[in-house]
Amino acid sequence: MNTKRQYEVVFIVDPTADDDVQRLTESFSQIVTDQGGVVTKAETMGKRQLAYEILHHKDGTFVLLEIEGSGREIAELERRMRVNDRVLRYITVRVDEDRRRAEKLKNRRTRKAAKRPSQGAHPRRATMDFAEAAGE
Amino acid sequence: MATNYEERPRGGYDGDDDQDRRPMGGRGGGRRMHRRRVCRFCIDKVDLIDFKDVRLLQNYLPERGKILPRRISGNCATHQRMLAEAIKRARNIALLPYTTD
Repeated sequence: MNTKRQYEVVFIVDPTADDDVQRLTESFSQIVTDQGGVVTKAETMGKRQLAYEILHHKDGTFVLLEIEGSGREIAELERRMRVNDRVLRYITVRVDEDRRRAEKLKNRRTRKAAKRPSQGAHPRRATMDFAEAAGE
Repeated sequence: MATNYEERPRGGYDGDDDQDRRPMGGRGGGRRMHRRRVCRFCIDKVDLIDFKDVRLLQNYLPERGKILPRRISGNCATHQRMLAEAIKRARNIALLPYTTD
């Protein structure tokens, strides 16, 4: 089973370099594609206050990248982010397994719902009614 | 936000029958209150808790910044685990505080 892995990468950019965000996002996306990955979504979540200070910064610009690939591009991307001092912090979360699990649960639920569409059509109850009618 | 997670009756008959039947005068009187606790995530049929959803996660982070235990929130084990994981991730990227003082 060799399916592509999906990742969510969130990184925080120094807000004083505000015009850099776009450029930085593009260069990171470039790195990913160079390594054979696909950026399925690049979204700036905007500038927001940090819950605690990071390197004396009280706020930062959050950027979300959704990446599909083998995992090698993540290693390279993380290395680049670690070196770049505009990036205050980053986190990578592998999401494909959790998403697949969620999908499975959802499917199971819909299947269960389909099995018993309404109370009247319950098979056991139907036979019980039948037996009752026969007994009379 | 309120620090006491649930209102605790100071003993006495609080209206609903067959619960809270302890004799008064003991430690704290009838302080055990049985309220039906249900997992909110199960009701909403949540399969995935996103660590970026700060508004949702904040509900489970009282003043101090600690994760609300499930004995109080009533979450089921599965969802509490997912929630805790999401909160820890959110803390890592400064969406939520580790501590507040």
